[in-house]
Amino acid sequence: MLASAAREPRRSVMEFSADFDPASGRLTLAGDCAMLDAPALERALGQLRGAAPAGLEVNFERSGTFDIGPAWLLRRALHVLGASGTQVRYRGQPPGHFAYFDELLGRDAGRFPEPAKLTLSQRFTAFGHAVADRVDGWYEELVYGGQLLTSAANAWRSVRRLRIPSIVRHMHETGVQAIPVVAVIAFLISVISAYIGAQQLRPFGAEIFTVDLVTIGVLRELGVLLTAIMVAGRTGSAYAAELGVMKLNDEVDALESMGLNPYEVLVLPRVVALVLVLPLLTVVANAMGIAGGALLTNYLLDLPWQQFVSRLDSAIADTTLWAGLVKAPVFGLLIGLTGTMRGLQVRESSRELGRLTTVAVVQSIFLVIFADALFAIYFLEIDF
Amino acid sequence: MPDPGPVIELDGIENRFGAQVVHDGVGFDVRRGEIFGLVGGSGSGKSVLLKTILGLRRPDAGRVLVEGQDVTAMNDEELRRFKRRYGVTFQHGALFTSLTVAENIKLPVAEAVDLDEATLDALVELRLRMVGLTLDTAAKAPAQLSGGMVKRVALARALALDPAILFLDEPTAGLDPIAATEFDELILYLRRTLGLTIVMVTHDLDTLARTCDRVAVLVDRKVIVDTLEGIVAHDHPWIHSYFHGARGRAISAEREAGRGA
Ligand SMILES: Nc1ncnc2c1ncn2[C@@H]1O[C@H](COP(=O)(O)OP(=O)(O)O)[C@@H](O)[C@H]1O
Ligand SMILES: [Mg+2]
Repeated sequence: MLASAAREPRRSVMEFSADFDPASGRLTLAGDCAMLDAPALERALGQLRGAAPAGLEVNFERSGTFDIGPAWLLRRALHVLGASGTQVRYRGQPPGHFAYFDELLGRDAGRFPEPAKLTLSQRFTAFGHAVADRVDGWYEELVYGGQLLTSAANAWRSVRRLRIPSIVRHMHETGVQAIPVVAVIAFLISVISAYIGAQQLRPFGAEIFTVDLVTIGVLRELGVLLTAIMVAGRTGSAYAAELGVMKLNDEVDALESMGLNPYEVLVLPRVVALVLVLPLLTVVANAMGIAGGALLTNYLLDLPWQQFVSRLDSAIADTTLWAGLVKAPVFGLLIGLTGTMRGLQVRESSRELGRLTTVAVVQSIFLVIFADALFAIYFLEIDF
Repeated sequence: MPDPGPVIELDGIENRFGAQVVHDGVGFDVRRGEIFGLVGGSGSGKSVLLKTILGLRRPDAGRVLVEGQDVTAMNDEELRRFKRRYGVTFQHGALFTSLTVAENIKLPVAEAVDLDEATLDALVELRLRMVGLTLDTAAKAPAQLSGGMVKRVALARALALDPAILFLDEPTAGLDPIAATEFDELILYLRRTLGLTIVMVTHDLDTLARTCDRVAVLVDRKVIVDTLEGIVAHDHPWIHSYFHGARGRAISAEREAGRGA
């Protein structure tokens, strides 16, 4: 009786074999057939399909128990052969699952969907849809900015809705915890530029201008730009991933169902935190950059500290520091907006999460550099 | 007749999270070919116990023997081989969201054995039919499925390698009663024909009554094991309100009626 086919651990069982003999039209199955034996069965069934014999005898006399998977493969192959005119006979008892399969196939399960083949006009349509999607994307981004502005305006009116504790937490995570890496990077970059400057300017006897190069470079551009790029990599990705996972877990819907505005609760504190934090981080980067420049000019040019300071004093104008610092909140805004927006766009799958996290980082770095270029042109025009 | 020897033996299992003790000396045997129910209040440690048996979590004390092998003492390679012999469905489905339904079902097979794409498709058809899903589900993404369909796909994936032991964490939660009944019948069929051993966490008293040979109840960090009748008659206050509350009474009335007929 088949019901007694309680399966023992497979250690002692006979090795499975499936042999098709084209001459006699016999398929001989021996041993227990588990899922792991499916490749052996698949090979034999492949030969069978190739030979397409007029008559086939399947011998189960030496076969043991079948797992459901291989039994299904066998029965399918035999049915296909039967349908194409082969006379199939069984010797011995076929697997008991065959009766179960008849029952399964008796129920209508529909068909596998056909893989879509695109015609030329469908390709054109797909292209059109892609373009329309892109335009929709811009529209969505505009709406996103608008939503955020409204919730910012609303939040402004009452301090409680500004969610100070949440802002402080994000400032800690994105700002305080980023200080070490930002400081080290700023220091190293100014050391490198001081080194190159000293080397290139020495032939002209103008190595004292290394101080100008490093301080102006760091204060106007390098300090804020490097900070923004570090923060984009660190925090832009974190924002996107955090919000993306919340989206996948329906947490955003849950917030909305409580009558809370996700822009106000999730997005605004993060963006505000970055706008506040980036100038502060930039100050740290500037200080470390100047320190690196001072150290290297002292070491390479034997420039005493006092002289570095007096040279620095004459090199920079009143506006030099501000020309760098005013850009910081703008960069913070760009990074915060991009990261949170990409996170909230995550739908349905973990792959989407990964893709949009990457997009968040790449786009925010791009936007930062692009904005920096615009600032440079603008400052040149107004002579700032 | 199912072989009465134990497939799973738990002995003195302790699990702790910091100061919180979840299990304090849990032990029972699961026999070959048996459907074994695991019940307990929310947070009583059913899922944690399941993970302990599966070798996904090492207990703080105690032994887990599966088919005579100590899971807690296995090295990584032995654990990997051991894991091929059982199928699991997780409480929340745990389908891979970036793969289609068909790819979810193919994944364990394609990782274990080398088969043609057409053969893999045939096996996907089998598993979908087995769990009562239509074939157009194959191309869908997990996000497009309803809760009940997710459970079925998860079962289809758990069955993909024709495992000897099946672990189900709340398999009928979220299914409508008809689907749940079909599910129970499927479970019973698998046990009957394959001699599958099934360990099932469930809150569905119908499922418990229809399918389980024995039931383990997790209460007060310990376990009480008996047949359903024995458990129902038990006088522990939690067990009493579980089986004799409003929902429980409906079930026992049904069982009485069934016996009378
Ligand atoms: N990874 C974990 N860390 C800390 N506590 C946990 C963890 N997993 C589970 N717990 C705790 O263990 C207890 C049992 O959890 P669980 O097994 O999921 O309960 P249930 O019986 O509802 O499935 C709960 O109190 C839960 O808070
Ligand atoms: Mg649980």
